[in-house]
Amino acid sequence: MENRYHSVRLDVSRCRGCTNCLKRCPTEAIRIRDGRANIIDEKCIDCGECIRICSYHAKVAVVDAMETIKRFKYAVALPAPTLYGQFRGLKQPELVLEALKQIGFDDVFEVARGADVVTKAIREKMKTGDIPMPLISSACPAVVRLIQVRFPSLLPNVVDIRQPMEVAASMARREFCLKRGCAPEEVGCFFITPCPAKMTAIRRPIAQEKSELDGAVSVMEIYGLLLPHIKKMQADPDFHLATRYGISWAVSDGESNAVCPEDSLSVDGIPNVIRVLEEVENGKLKDLRYLEGNACVGGCVGGPLTFENNYVAKNTIQTMAHSMPRRHPDEDVPSSCLNKYPVRNDRRIEPNNAMQLDSNIIVAMQKIQRIHELMERLPGYDCGSCGSPTCETFAEDIVNGRCREMDCIHLMKQEIQRMAQEMVTLAQMKRE
Amino acid sequence: MNGLIHSEYPRETADYTHAGEASADIKRQLRQLGVSANVMRRVAVASYEVELNLVIHSEGGVLTLDVFPDRVVLVSKDRGPGIPDVEMAMREGYSTANEEARALGFGAGMGLPNMKRNADGFEITSQVGVGTEIRMMFMLQ
Repeated sequence: MENRYHSVRLDVSRCRGCTNCLKRCPTEAIRIRDGRANIIDEKCIDCGECIRICSYHAKVAVVDAMETIKRFKYAVALPAPTLYGQFRGLKQPELVLEALKQIGFDDVFEVARGADVVTKAIREKMKTGDIPMPLISSACPAVVRLIQVRFPSLLPNVVDIRQPMEVAASMARREFCLKRGCAPEEVGCFFITPCPAKMTAIRRPIAQEKSELDGAVSVMEIYGLLLPHIKKMQADPDFHLATRYGISWAVSDGESNAVCPEDSLSVDGIPNVIRVLEEVENGKLKDLRYLEGNACVGGCVGGPLTFENNYVAKNTIQTMAHSMPRRHPDEDVPSSCLNKYPVRNDRRIEPNNAMQLDSNIIVAMQKIQRIHELMERLPGYDCGSCGSPTCETFAEDIVNGRCREMDCIHLMKQEIQRMAQEMVTLAQMKRE
Repeated sequence: MNGLIHSEYPRETADYTHAGEASADIKRQLRQLGVSANVMRRVAVASYEVELNLVIHSEGGVLTLDVFPDRVVLVSKDRGPGIPDVEMAMREGYSTANEEARALGFGAGMGLPNMKRNADGFEITSQVGVGTEIRMMFMLQ
């Protein structure tokens, strides 16, 4: 049985059945049925667009509460560099790292250090021959899932190297066990996450058998807990810190600047990512070397589980990075690191056939024929009143037996008019 | 002969605003059929090229998609101007695109060869003053 875990969920008690999320979902994964939103598991990529748009806060991201770190004898925090961007005017990451220890973690390991290792690994890979053009970043799990659903032909272009949080977790666990002389299973590694897509990637990894992480706590919750501590912190000078390049992975452009500054394109915001992936699929960007796509505007700082405005956070991170030494991961990360820790995916990323109408191609073709016929009759308003995002998806839902034609209020109106007309005719017939 | 699925996309000269919509719709239908990634990729490239050819080079025409149980057929039929030397046009780097099109990044002279490379079957017939017809076939298995 395939695991259907999703971090993005619906809080039914808050849902009014409006069409806001319906219209915004990039994979057409939401329907309104019986006056409430429904998320189609197979199509949802956990991007969090619906969380952002819902005025009633009926869409939520399920992550671990801070409490859960107590399940382990030891807990290590792995903050996404986005966390630094939450503190306006922060000059050095050490303050945040030290404060994380004050709120209950036994140790801290920057995910930005994982980003440094991943940067090096991708750069090494790009030096070898026969690399697809463009190579597509695998860092944003929502974008990778988008490719699985909408652009399966681009899967061979997705870089087969793990996300920074996974590499960081392997390093963190090993370092902690060496330091404290404890067993790996006694250590819980918790990602401090800006988004639900990372949470889903931990529970249901895309290209790994099992995640190296044990859970994820939101940046938002951690921010509240850190705030009282951070102002009175003294930085511990012993921290091994990530480079400015690793930290910059939190913002759009940061990854491509680190990995392939000579020829890369970075795109943020899921509708924009879709437009660029269309271009790649049409063969228009065969001369491009590296493509960085972020589901959230501004990059991870724009994640739905962050507190600070994404543009402000971007400035905070860039200012901090700018004041750091110019060391590049190429020099900073020892080559042995790439062999010491697992940096490669365990398995290939498979296409997601959620868009397929039927596993039998003939039946699928008949369904498309039916959709074409229905499209002739449907009004093309894409109003969403039927509960499907567009007239075309409504037609798909009809052929898949999930709706009836009369769920369209416009067709219904026509039908009522026709029936009324018929009744008038009948009434007149009686008078004669 | 029409396929089980038959779609028509009329295109007018220099109508850049709609360029790409036909190939997007074709890709959507193929995704709904669950066509393999390899076929998808080749049809995407070829349909986009041929659609843009209609917009850039022709005096207007129609792109049609026909899907049969075993193959996808794309036919582009225009109303002129026709290609004087088809053999020359099939060479890489040869282009007759005008300034406006080149400014938009088109006209590298890769269009026709690229279509031929991606399709499993490719035919082109052209007559000056009448028009050009391009037929491409992609096997589904």
